[in-house]
Amino acid sequence: MQNATPLNVVLYVVFPYFAVGLAIVVTVMRYFNDRFSFSSLSSQFLENRRLFWGSVPWHYAITLILGAHLAAALFPSLWGDLISSEARLYVMEVTGIALAVVAILGLSLLILRRLRDARVRAVTTWMDWLLLALLLLQVILGFWIALFYRWGSDWYLHIAVPWLYSLITFNPQIQYVTALPWVVQHHFLNAFLIVLLLPFSRLVHLLSFPFTYWWRPYQVIIWNRHQKTDKT
Amino acid sequence: MNIRAQVSMVFHLDKCIGCHTCSIACKNIWTDRKGAEYMWWNNVETKPGTGYPTQWEDQETYKGGWEKHNGDLKLKLQGRTQGLGNIFFNPNLPTMDDYYEPWTYQFEELFNAPEGDDQPTARPISLITGKPIDIQAGPNWDDDLGGSPVYAKNDVNLDALSEDERAQMQELEHLVFFYLPRICNHCLNPGCVAACPAGAIYKRGEDGIVLLSQDKCRAWRMCISGCPYKKTYFNWSTGKSEKCILCYPRLESGQPPACFHSCVGRIRYLGVILYDADRIVEVASAVAPALVEAQRTIIEDPFNPDVIASARANGVTDQLIDAAQKSPVYKFVKQWKIALPLHPEYRTVPMLFYVPPMLPVLAKMKDGQYDIGALDREGLHPLISSLDRARLPIKYMASLFSAGNTNLVNMVYHKLIAVRIYMRSKRVNDVPEDEVRQALALGGTTAEEVEAIYHLTAMPTFEERFVVPPLAREQAIEATADPFTRKREGGFGFRKAPVRGS
Ligand code: SF4
Repeated sequence: MQNATPLNVVLYVVFPYFAVGLAIVVTVMRYFNDRFSFSSLSSQFLENRRLFWGSVPWHYAITLILGAHLAAALFPSLWGDLISSEARLYVMEVTGIALAVVAILGLSLLILRRLRDARVRAVTTWMDWLLLALLLLQVILGFWIALFYRWGSDWYLHIAVPWLYSLITFNPQIQYVTALPWVVQHHFLNAFLIVLLLPFSRLVHLLSFPFTYWWRPYQVIIWNRHQKTDKT
Repeated sequence: MNIRAQVSMVFHLDKCIGCHTCSIACKNIWTDRKGAEYMWWNNVETKPGTGYPTQWEDQETYKGGWEKHNGDLKLKLQGRTQGLGNIFFNPNLPTMDDYYEPWTYQFEELFNAPEGDDQPTARPISLITGKPIDIQAGPNWDDDLGGSPVYAKNDVNLDALSEDERAQMQELEHLVFFYLPRICNHCLNPGCVAACPAGAIYKRGEDGIVLLSQDKCRAWRMCISGCPYKKTYFNWSTGKSEKCILCYPRLESGQPPACFHSCVGRIRYLGVILYDADRIVEVASAVAPALVEAQRTIIEDPFNPDVIASARANGVTDQLIDAAQKSPVYKFVKQWKIALPLHPEYRTVPMLFYVPPMLPVLAKMKDGQYDIGALDREGLHPLISSLDRARLPIKYMASLFSAGNTNLVNMVYHKLIAVRIYMRSKRVNDVPEDEVRQALALGGTTAEEVEAIYHLTAMPTFEERFVVPPLAREQAIEATADPFTRKREGGFGFRKAPVRGS
């Protein structure tokens, strides 16, 4: 391994494992011991107008961005095919940058709203502030990378994905990342920091997106004892 | 046939005195908590009026309930994909300002104020922010303001009326009003259950009580819009929705719900009905004027052997069937047909029925005299009430209780008037016999039925009003804890205080 200084090992081997491991364990524990605390903790009831302009752009943009990161990591060859044409690569880059702008604007609005609206502030914890700060930092770093370290849709495949694979296969190869510019390194580390915070914050709501609504029957009947199938 | 049991209710509006005892009983038990201060699972509103939350009946804004779409029943709020798409922002959510911002007073200022020329005052402060607030609205802000240009005038149900009819409501002292107590209707086709993306809301199979799992709720907020009656509430502190639970822990120990038990006017009746669950969608899809009739047909005769057999097959216990046979709700709704559902056009098939209030007689002040005129068109003397000369237009009642079907409301009133006239002739003996016969004929009723209605309306015992079914508490507990463990520990509900997640 190149650049395997103790610090690098801590940052790119120990920390990711620690973050993900802790996130999984704590999420499971929280789910089984304190399911009541799983909630998106929506504040729409307290403030409705400004939320729209923040929440909708933020959530849609970040979901798409995150989805792209995941898709590329899960299906690298498909992703490679996708960006093999120059036109498609351009579209990808421009879309990425645009989404980053939307996410940054949306999140900033959400932060401003939380700062300015007394009611919403009343239901805001320090963990919320920490999370908001880290998320903002993360999207700004991402935007920076998209802008100044072009063709991320391509090099992500050859730098980040192999590193992530090496982590997943328990054969950490940190040389992929240690020589990268500090902005990129920060983006990686901050990502794991956010993963680490997931089970300790309201971010757990991300894990409870209610996909089942697509197919579950509209009416839910629960019997104390005998389970019956219901058609309605 | 797929018979299930449903705990259902009748409110007799003629007897409601608007004292709000019911609301207070409920609040003291269930919603006297942080985040729930503004919630009134039971509220009593003045009609005509805008209600609570303001203009909850305006479904163009809130999109509650169901609508027919090319013959199919669709949630007015959302399709499935739309519902998930709107999860980050529900465009049809009422906010706290549509209810009111809860507040308290800085009472300590009464004691701490330095000596001065003025009386110290306790300033109102918001229970959310802790800051001083300028109170804009509060619980029952429009109480009794039946003639108010701000509240009553904006009642959604007035849309159905002509200018003349609206003017007629203002005839005497510029107002007419009655009370409408509301709780969760524990519907057969609930909009809240269908709208919840997380599937957190459910109907209990055994008794039909609609409950909202606090552990499964993720604050997606669709139930609040989806319930056309606005009877799910968002707890702004815990980040969970909550609703009326029909005091199931009380029911399970044989007591009627707190609002029923405490009701001063004794307007409330509780009983079990048996219904055919296979027909819910069919009934909810009926054309608007036929909705009430359709809803009556889904309620089955608890003495019919086929019905009993099907109920047994579904695990309905003999005790429940027995309770259904004694149910006052069955009598009011199905036998006598004088109790109607609130806004059946929302198509949720609500299981709370209302006996509409008698209509005060439209009278004029003539030479300082209160003049109610002579015989009405139907040949009856206006006695307390008159269909012909009612100050509350039938159309208004039809807008509330029969999806606009005035015939149906007329039939109810004919019967109620027959009860008045018959009992008056019996007690005071000042009504001509012809008129009594005429009234009974118009009401499509008999002396016997009238006596029965009179008895259950005016003279019922506690046990006749509340036929609380024996619910198997030990079975209900099984879902969360071993009944024997629970027996030792006692209590119900959360083992931990419901604290907001981080
Ligand atoms: S306690 Fe009874 S009489 Fe009093 S307001 Fe409530 S429903 Fe009406």
